[in-house]
Amino acid sequence: MHKGDAMAEQKTTQVTFHVRKYDPMKDSAPHYETFKVDVKPGMTVLEGLHIIKEKYDQTLAWRYSCRMGVCGSCGMLLNGRPTLACNTQILDIATTDLTVAPLPNFKILRDLVPDLSGMFEKHRSLKPYILRDDAEEMENPTGEYYQSHEEVEEYLQFTYCIKCGCCMAACPTLATDPDYLGPMPLTQANRYTTDTRDGGFKERKALAGGRNGVARCHYAGECSRVCPKGVDPAKGVQFMKRKLVLDFFKLYNQKGPCKVQHAPEGVERNPKIPYPPEKTVEQ
Amino acid sequence: MNESSKWTIHMLAGLLIFLLLGMHMGIMHLSGFKADLGVADGAESAVSKDNSLARDANPLFTATYIVLLAVALYHGLYGLKNILCELGLKEGLQKTIGVLLLLLGLGLFGLGTWAAITVHLTAAGNA
Repeated sequence: MHKGDAMAEQKTTQVTFHVRKYDPMKDSAPHYETFKVDVKPGMTVLEGLHIIKEKYDQTLAWRYSCRMGVCGSCGMLLNGRPTLACNTQILDIATTDLTVAPLPNFKILRDLVPDLSGMFEKHRSLKPYILRDDAEEMENPTGEYYQSHEEVEEYLQFTYCIKCGCCMAACPTLATDPDYLGPMPLTQANRYTTDTRDGGFKERKALAGGRNGVARCHYAGECSRVCPKGVDPAKGVQFMKRKLVLDFFKLYNQKGPCKVQHAPEGVERNPKIPYPPEKTVEQ
Repeated sequence: MNESSKWTIHMLAGLLIFLLLGMHMGIMHLSGFKADLGVADGAESAVSKDNSLARDANPLFTATYIVLLAVALYHGLYGLKNILCELGLKEGLQKTIGVLLLLLGLGLFGLGTWAAITVHLTAAGNA
């Protein structure tokens, strides 16, 4: 039997998709529509939505891009759990019925498309980038910012965040208090404050320790439970809380910003180390 | 003072309540249990008039009452403020609630402190 024949003979299961629809130009309130989809093993929810759009409802709207759990665009509520449609296989979470809804705790633009702009504004407000006072060195580097492996380990897992908004959708505090900064922005504030190249704790402190900051987190831990990238935002928020508590007692000293490390002088180059290739593109 | 500082004090107040309330429970309500353990004779009730007056005459006890009152009021009212503010109220309303709870806390603290000091002075005068 050819490989193609074996693929064709794969057993299919009919799953009923209950998809929440809402067009603010036409509908006064969201409603659910059902679609029956023949599902093969390995098929993702994203593929299921494509089949619905192709065969049944061309108006169905959702957001996606990479199809491989990297871009963070297709976060949605699948059978009550915020997750990515692209790396969730249908038969892993449903055998007969699958409910698809947009992420909660966000304003809905249309069907399955949440308005993530508020989340990104909160993210931006916490300055999620390296803050240093040597702007000239950052623009025209003369050396390297040295960081040990142990120092990288301290924040590495938080760099895997893809800003999909699943943690924000699962947060019970955000559900009642939309002004709360939320797990993703606060975790990223901790990520950069922990980075030894950064020296921006004082600049982030007012907001992260403010009325809508880490003190609002009740450590429900839902953000960590749903994160599709295995990041632990609840831990990140607690780390930020710890920094602020230590700062209250004047016991917190940010490790960074680390110094610039220049190449050693008067040392002969090891001839076994090859030189990098010539530039192929002029800047 | 920013929110994380208030939250830190909230946690510290909780810890103090745990210690002071533990002390209160040990002295006031566990005398029978302590007698069973053999660490107290259990002959006289902790809430008898003589024992109460002896404690009230002691300035250390009066001080712990006042400290317990202060931390319990802060912990309770700050927690209540947080619960109310997380209901999505407008900022102005949140500030109003904060001020009202602060005034309530100060009022109750003043009343409780006045009562504790008055009882202390009376008991010390009788001793």
